[in-house]
Amino acid sequence: MRKGTVNDMKTVDLVIIGGGPAGMAAALSAYEKGVTQILILERDKELGGILNQCIHNGFGLHTFKEELTGPEYADRYISMVQEKGIESLLNTMVVDIQGGSPCQITAMNKEKGMFQVEAKAVVLAMGCRERARGAMNIPGFRPAGIYSAGTAQRYVNIEGRMPGKEIVVLGSGDIGLIMARRMTLQGAKVKLVAEIMPYSGGLRRNIVQCLDDYNIPLKLSHTVTEIHGKDRVEGVTVAKVDENLRAIPGTEEFVSCDTLLLSCGLIPENELTQGAGAKMDPVTCGPVVNERLETTVTGVFACGNVLHVHDLVDNVSKESESAGAFAADYVLNGGSDWKEAVRPKIPAKTKCTLPEGRDASSQLICIGCPVGCLITAKKREDGGYDITGNTCQKGEAYVRNELTAPVRTITSMIRVLGGSMKVVPVKTAQEIPKGKINACMSQIKEACVNAPVKVGDVLIENVADTGISVIATGNVTDKTGG
Amino acid sequence: MYDVIIIGAGVSGCAIARELSRFDLKVLVLEKAFDVCEGTSKANSGIVHAGYDAKPGTLKARLNLAGSLKMEKLSKELDFPYKRNGSMVLCFEEKDKEKLRELKARGEENGVEDLCILDKEELCKLEPAAGENAVAALYAPTGAIVCPFGLTIALAENAADNGVVFRFKSQVKEIKKQKEGYLIQAKDQSYEAKVVINAAGVYADKIHNMISERKMEITPRKGEYLLYDKNIGNLVSHTLFQLPTALGKGILVTPTVHGNLLTGPTALDGKDREGTDTTGEGIRQVLEKASLSVSNIPERSVITSFAGLRAHITKLPDEPETWVGIKRSEIEDDFVIGQVSDAPGFIDVAGIESPGLSCAPAVGEYVSEIVQNLLKPSIKKNFINNRKGIPSMSLSSDEERHKLIQEDPAYGNVVCRCEMVTEGEILNAVHRTLGATTTDGIKRRTRAGMGRCQSGFCNPKVVEILARELGKEESEIRKSGEDSWYLLPLETDQQE
Repeated sequence: MRKGTVNDMKTVDLVIIGGGPAGMAAALSAYEKGVTQILILERDKELGGILNQCIHNGFGLHTFKEELTGPEYADRYISMVQEKGIESLLNTMVVDIQGGSPCQITAMNKEKGMFQVEAKAVVLAMGCRERARGAMNIPGFRPAGIYSAGTAQRYVNIEGRMPGKEIVVLGSGDIGLIMARRMTLQGAKVKLVAEIMPYSGGLRRNIVQCLDDYNIPLKLSHTVTEIHGKDRVEGVTVAKVDENLRAIPGTEEFVSCDTLLLSCGLIPENELTQGAGAKMDPVTCGPVVNERLETTVTGVFACGNVLHVHDLVDNVSKESESAGAFAADYVLNGGSDWKEAVRPKIPAKTKCTLPEGRDASSQLICIGCPVGCLITAKKREDGGYDITGNTCQKGEAYVRNELTAPVRTITSMIRVLGGSMKVVPVKTAQEIPKGKINACMSQIKEACVNAPVKVGDVLIENVADTGISVIATGNVTDKTGG
Repeated sequence: MYDVIIIGAGVSGCAIARELSRFDLKVLVLEKAFDVCEGTSKANSGIVHAGYDAKPGTLKARLNLAGSLKMEKLSKELDFPYKRNGSMVLCFEEKDKEKLRELKARGEENGVEDLCILDKEELCKLEPAAGENAVAALYAPTGAIVCPFGLTIALAENAADNGVVFRFKSQVKEIKKQKEGYLIQAKDQSYEAKVVINAAGVYADKIHNMISERKMEITPRKGEYLLYDKNIGNLVSHTLFQLPTALGKGILVTPTVHGNLLTGPTALDGKDREGTDTTGEGIRQVLEKASLSVSNIPERSVITSFAGLRAHITKLPDEPETWVGIKRSEIEDDFVIGQVSDAPGFIDVAGIESPGLSCAPAVGEYVSEIVQNLLKPSIKKNFINNRKGIPSMSLSSDEERHKLIQEDPAYGNVVCRCEMVTEGEILNAVHRTLGATTTDGIKRRTRAGMGRCQSGFCNPKVVEILARELGKEESEIRKSGEDSWYLLPLETDQQE
């Protein structure tokens, strides 16, 4: 077809490749600017991208000024996309992009077979993928039981299945930390998190609320040097590394486990971009763009994790709004000369350690937002506290709670009968006392609800006698699609 | 009673099975693993050697040339990936040029055609990536690459289509000589056969020693490899060897028939016949030695490492001079193929290390001749000569893809995005002759999970499809072996 035969050609103003947070934000912003013929092409069966499996909270503080879970954040965007009547094709794989005026996109799905779309502009929003074991060259066998943290996350949060009982996590990126907590809440034993660098790549608040809360050791400057077990993982060798990141002989330790989770970084997924002939930036692993987020290919823009890996989805949304607006301007007013390349602002990579020698009873890391302030609380003679180090009011409240009656929001999933999905993501409507987490989780694990379920539905009332409800954070239609 | 039982469903066993299926013979293949191609056949260089390596006059030399000449035609009959890309032996020292000439002469004596020696300039022109360190090269235009899984699976499927029976999870425990033929005790069942063929790879000595007083010993010789992303697959176009050393052919750098880059193997003798683990030392060696041939291979582009075990004979059976019709001195460093002297009707196909894959088509015919002499079978009238592989969406044109999806919409559902493998291909792999029952089986038949993310994305989907199609619970799905589970049973994780 690329060679001329046209089959089921469709023409629109703007094609967005990928219906995750980047693609949806770009589509909405282009729509606001007056481009209405927009088509989102999404390979999965629903919009939302990776957010659908990120059922933990911590999203949306910038965009929505409140803390949301991944599926809730996605749901807000999906609703807006639907309200505007922006068209999307699901279960659709793009196989080729040709830039130009117009751009030509070749895609495939079950219903249409191979088909082409012509568009005045294209926004690339395909996201990123995880670094696999090979890139780390870990010697040993190649048994079942080695999962990327994201694959395990999909099994647990979307399929409702457990990929193992005894876990070692390699890499302390946020997904690794989040999954250490997630697997623990589901009843697995997480033995340790090994991080080859002397600092964690994750947020400080995730070290506190994902590892410290559950007494999971974080071994900095340690890595996995061998994988044991021929059929299924039976254990790993963990060793300390020197300043050149090489294992130090004599420090090896065997840790038995049936599962190794890898959380060793994300790589922008740019096969299509390269296929289109875009110039790539070896630093970001994304395409080279100008200040209008336009790649070197005529009419093709890029945003979100395909451009460079972002720490926060809120930043993805913001960047993608710009890309959508630039693409809209291009569609409506035509292009201008491609001036010099501008590397998107990449915040310095988190290099997180908890301060050494910290007195955990008076020095606390705030988990209220991604900043993770170190806050000191001194008890006064009158029983009150002098609180210093916080940069906002939330920090003060957090520390007071933490020292007297610590609380946490719990996120998990509940089984659904007769639904389009096997499970629905849930959260406690408010924070519950830390001491009630186990009781809360048992109730959540035993619960089972009938489809359909909508975001906000109360699924368990007064969980673990806390007076707080467990509510749905995602939607599940019944099997017939109702 | 079977006419022939073949022990081992590797490339040799399957090639023999296919050749025997041309005759009116009742043939059974016993395999201990869950699938064909689970041992040495799955973890090797995927090379069809031109045939200049082996000592002239040996079985290795004879069968290599014959196999190499047959492979292209076979790839068309049985529809598996094969490419004649040509191979080179690189020479890095002026003083070693003489060795290249010796190698050329040896190849010519073996009957290899079109060999020539390239000087540095010619080499740089033909293979620019190899020009940095090498000073000259032996060029063998007949060298080729093949998909080792594709070859083995195609042979097995065609054999099965022609009536050969395959029994998996059937490890042979004991073999007894009977009045007529042999009684084989496998894991769950016993079988009788007039002729037994021992194609058990690194276990061929164990099988041989069950029936013969003249004991043999095989030492597994480990070879470690690194496989690189397709985005650097075109770094080289030829298969690049280094001048052979005492331990083998050295480290090669080659494109694979699917467009990846492959480097390896090491050579390390061990004891563990299941020891297919890679080692830090091995990986280091491969990286270091490969960089001699091609200096700019980006280490970051490695997508996986793996190891295979060569069935290296370290002790030949203490046989009379004229054993299997060949003089003992000539068996050194050669395949052992023939009837065992104290066990008539029991045929060893042992020590099939490199160039075993290249030889497979010829090994099949060679062993078939031995069986024909023993059993005098008649030729099967309705032999099916061809086999059609699984359509590959990734290799198809857009028009072909469109047609496939129209015929079966499952071809429109991409499951593995790295290698662009669709649900249609996976369903085909499950439901065809000797269909896949494991995720490794799916991987080797369709390439789902073979790409840069190494199944991170498609694993949950492949497990789900396998469970659905096989009528199993997802926790029952395996990667390859009995204990290679992916998911805990549902009730277990609910109890916690």
